[in-house]
Amino acid sequence: MAEPVLEVRGLCKSFGALKATDGVSLTLEAGEIHALIGPNGAGKSTLIAQIAGQLAPDAGEIWLGGREITGLSVAGRARRGLGRTFQVSSLALEFSALRNVMLAVQGRRASSFGFLKPVMRDRRLVDPAHEVLARFDLEGRAGVTAAALSHGERRQLELAMAFALEPRVLLLDEPMAGMGAGGTTALTRVLAAMHGSVPMLLIEHDMDAVFALADRISVLAEGRLIFTGPPEAVRVSAVVREVYLGGEG
Amino acid sequence: MTLALLIEQLLNGLQFGVMLFLMAAGLTLVFGVMGLINLAHGSLYMAGAFVCATVAGIVGSFWVGLVAGVLAAAALGAVVEIGVMRRLYGRDHLDQVLATFALILIFSEGARMVFGAQPLWLDMPDALRGHVSLPGGATYPVFRLAIIAAGLAVAAGLFWLIRRTRLGMRIRAGESDREMIAALGVDIARLYTLVFALGAGLAGLAGAMVGVLQSVQIGMGEPVLILAFVTIVIGGIGSIRGALVGAVLVGVVDTMGRIFLPVLFGLVTDPASATSIGSSLSSMLIYLMMAAILAVRPRGLFPANV
Amino acid sequence: MSRVGAETVLNAALAGLLLVAPLTALGLGEPYYANLASRVAILALAGVGLNLALGQGGMISFGHAAFFGIGGYVAGISAQAAFNGAAVVSWPLEVMGSNVMPPIWAAAMLVAGLVAVAIGAISLRTSGVYFIMITLAFAQMIYYFAISWPAYGGEDGLSIYVRNGFPGLDTYDPLSFFLICYGCLMLALAFSWRIMGTRFGAALMCARMNPERLATVGIEPYPVKLTAFVISAMITGLAGALFADLNGFVSPSMLGWHTSGEIMVFVILGGVGRLFGPVAGAALYVLLEHVLGGLTEHWQLLLGLILLGVVLFARGGLVGMVTGSARHG
Repeated sequence: MAEPVLEVRGLCKSFGALKATDGVSLTLEAGEIHALIGPNGAGKSTLIAQIAGQLAPDAGEIWLGGREITGLSVAGRARRGLGRTFQVSSLALEFSALRNVMLAVQGRRASSFGFLKPVMRDRRLVDPAHEVLARFDLEGRAGVTAAALSHGERRQLELAMAFALEPRVLLLDEPMAGMGAGGTTALTRVLAAMHGSVPMLLIEHDMDAVFALADRISVLAEGRLIFTGPPEAVRVSAVVREVYLGGEG
Repeated sequence: MTLALLIEQLLNGLQFGVMLFLMAAGLTLVFGVMGLINLAHGSLYMAGAFVCATVAGIVGSFWVGLVAGVLAAAALGAVVEIGVMRRLYGRDHLDQVLATFALILIFSEGARMVFGAQPLWLDMPDALRGHVSLPGGATYPVFRLAIIAAGLAVAAGLFWLIRRTRLGMRIRAGESDREMIAALGVDIARLYTLVFALGAGLAGLAGAMVGVLQSVQIGMGEPVLILAFVTIVIGGIGSIRGALVGAVLVGVVDTMGRIFLPVLFGLVTDPASATSIGSSLSSMLIYLMMAAILAVRPRGLFPANV
Repeated sequence: MSRVGAETVLNAALAGLLLVAPLTALGLGEPYYANLASRVAILALAGVGLNLALGQGGMISFGHAAFFGIGGYVAGISAQAAFNGAAVVSWPLEVMGSNVMPPIWAAAMLVAGLVAVAIGAISLRTSGVYFIMITLAFAQMIYYFAISWPAYGGEDGLSIYVRNGFPGLDTYDPLSFFLICYGCLMLALAFSWRIMGTRFGAALMCARMNPERLATVGIEPYPVKLTAFVISAMITGLAGALFADLNGFVSPSMLGWHTSGEIMVFVILGGVGRLFGPVAGAALYVLLEHVLGGLTEHWQLLLGLILLGVVLFARGGLVGMVTGSARHG
């Protein structure tokens, strides 16, 4: 069997007495969409923060493309191919949509110690950025300041920037957050179109999107992974039902 | 190098530290609770000293002057808080630095206009004149011991206030989550004014006490302010305990360093070089210590928030 | 007129005014004002340096006086050594003192840059208030060193008996000296503008706006910020060297925190992050100093009140107020 693109082994993180991550191990296989669900407080954000590099785990390892990344910084992991979107859009708000994506292209392809060439005349940055914007239906908004974009457009831009990194793996932290029905459908379609080309670890609350997109679903509760399997298995699992609906009958 | 000298300098260091603590406590509280950097804190120290000296000179009693100085500094603090600081909460640090820097100019020049450019003298109260004997044969001024005692008493009082009273609870809650306590019905405006005035009063107390040892002059607060900032950075911003530990550390290291570094260098080089190298190094010592601590603990020894 | 256009017009106006005013004054036989204009240009240059770190990079350095003072001391020490025919350093290689400006400037910028690497490397591991305080403390450290080290004048500072020379110009001529300062300022502004349009500039701006985002696209904020900090220090160091020659004297107060505060004032008054902000700010500050100083000996009180007013009521500084726009990236 082919090696998983992303592998988390025995990750542990405690805050005082609280075990936010309790020995979590999971894999992300090539081309799959692996959804991570769980009730509030289950530790999903903490887990993503550790995989992305924002938070150092107390124990455990993280492997990307067959190489360990546990000790790398956020930027280091990004350079190794870890793309990530945030639950609350994190953009360079004074920059236009185009410049935001250009920054991602710069991170991927060019050194930031370029002191000579003005970026706006650098075709190596501008052209790929336009292509990415077009793919995400933002070409018409290229010159608009990120602060002036609508919520849905910002979520698109988040995704576009992660995509511009030409990532090996995408970590998507609640991409549907705050989107209305129309936005959710559109974004689901975008992700479905990307399905297979890049593996995604998708954290989501929106169950329709999860069941429409996921090849595998893992359920996190109280810091532990209590179930991993295909969507149909999750649907009928008693363990999962208990976690979401409570212990009493 | 005698035991007497060692003990004397240790006590001097402690006295300096305690005085720094009075300044640092106010600074760290104001930053911890209100998120405000206040460069004008040194001006409040100066105000306490000036009012104390003036009132003591008129009335003839240091004690009356002291009370007047503390109250005046607290009152000035309250006025400044209501007039200026309120508009700065939530503004970025840059604006706060500039605004309080402007306040320094205003207060310094204002003090010059009110009190004149000449330094004032503050007489030591009779009750605290004299010396006590120390182990090792030296004597130590009673007044300095009184400062140490007063400072430690204030520290104890602050700890009690923060840990055991409702006001203290509100202060601690305010440090963690400003919006929440407003939602819970605590009068934020009054709390902030109170905290600011408390810090100001402590600064005024420090100024008045030090005014006896050194003269009372414009700009006396500035070197102390810098050291107070170094103290709270070392101790951890927002923490009273950090302020105390940091202050004593800074006070003792600075005092001992100034005395003993030249001596140390005197062991390896000639007396003239030893004095110059020693005193240069000792004036930099505190900052070197701060840099070393921050290199290892970028948020100080006892950071208040996780 | 577009908003971006408004700022360009203002910049051109400021550049023009700064050039025309002293020329006019000299034409009217008032060299004093040419010297005042030199002072504005030098202080603006110091501000341009700080603006790169603070305005563009978001690093609130309260210790930039360290670099200003270092530049001044390098100029003073070099001039003194040249005057005495002595070497500035004898080991590891002998470097003779120079009394010509360009090599002095190079040395000033080099030393300021090296010190900035050391200070920045430690300071940039902290953030927020801690960063402000640690930069302040490092500057204080250098200040105390300067006043207690007897070889360099101690508390009395260093005198520069003969103003350093510049090939082809008489530096004692007020116009020539002003043009030197103005030239340096314009070069620094051009450099600053140009560099902010590059990949480095884009990374720096994002490091200020959203360092998390920068890291997420694979760019480490720390090296970018450190580089900006060092470049900024070098520019401010150059200003210090010019300042020493303007006054014929290096005062330890050039290293003091009041000076750090003043340089910040120029930047904030003019508009943080705005290209010509420091020019507007320095001009306004020197003007106020001059005008208010003529009114009363307590002019610092008025200055403080005006500064306070600006902070509380006129956000975005002078440039922001005049152009009425927010900055664009």
